[in-house]
Amino acid sequence: MSSSSFRLFQFAAPARFYGLAGALIPWCWAAFAVLAAIGLWMGLFVAPTDATQGDAYRIIFIHVPAAWMSMLLYLVMAFWAAIGWAFNARLASMTARAIAPTGAMFTFLALWTGALWGRPTWGTWWVWDARLTSELILLFLYAGFLSLVSAIDDPRRADRAGALLAIVGSINVPIIYFSVKWWNTLHQGATISATAAPKMASTMLTAMLLMTLAFWAYAFAVVFTRARAIVLERDRHAGWAQASARPARSATATGMQT
Amino acid sequence: MIWNSAAEFFAMGGYGLYVWGAYTVALACMAIEPVLALQRHRAARRALAAEGDAR
Repeated sequence: MSSSSFRLFQFAAPARFYGLAGALIPWCWAAFAVLAAIGLWMGLFVAPTDATQGDAYRIIFIHVPAAWMSMLLYLVMAFWAAIGWAFNARLASMTARAIAPTGAMFTFLALWTGALWGRPTWGTWWVWDARLTSELILLFLYAGFLSLVSAIDDPRRADRAGALLAIVGSINVPIIYFSVKWWNTLHQGATISATAAPKMASTMLTAMLLMTLAFWAYAFAVVFTRARAIVLERDRHAGWAQASARPARSATATGMQT
Repeated sequence: MIWNSAAEFFAMGGYGLYVWGAYTVALACMAIEPVLALQRHRAARRALAAEGDAR
């Protein structure tokens, strides 16, 4: 690849992403609305009351999807941060920054809904066991990443420092996932596994999977929105970004042309 | 439909406080976060437009 085409590639990538993400956001919200509506209907109105936990178990329809998203988004964030560092790809680093707040939000939701589920079923809001503690550490890792990248003024240095933290911290994700196997814990084992039949009624399972897909769509919509903001903040001296901010020409059209 | 009345639905078999406490906080977080992201995008566009006008 010649140096001029490489420069073009570096310049064009955020511009093209800006337009593409903008076009995808409404579809993500539409998917979220449909999936969440069906998922909540099934979870709150169709799925039967659990034999042992009563209706308290209905927290599962947000707890498990939020916990899955918290771990998945961390790995995706660490992946893009690593790509941004290794290949000097600015858009990848910007994507990592755009994912972090959403991941932190889902981690908080997993902990919050877990506490509200633990109180009626275990008799306690919180225990310092492996699963809960490692999930709390995940929240601190997201917070650490966010404060680290905002504390360093030079954006590319901040990206590299954040990438290092994100990569080292990703060791925590398998610890969270396998904590219920490796240690004795109050937390129940995996509800879904690749090697065994699901341990729940099919309407419960369907509702949970629909809510998971809904949270995926939500994450895409919000991360795209935030990534577009970050791209504009970081690329403000590039011609395409200035043109996109002017009302005369639409942002999508300009982004696509560049 | 497994509920006989709206009151039964909101009571959640006696676990209403826990179930609705979880759902309302999730709803609040997932309503506020997109607004914050959108505001950040609008602020970036405004800053860019102001910068363009200054030239």
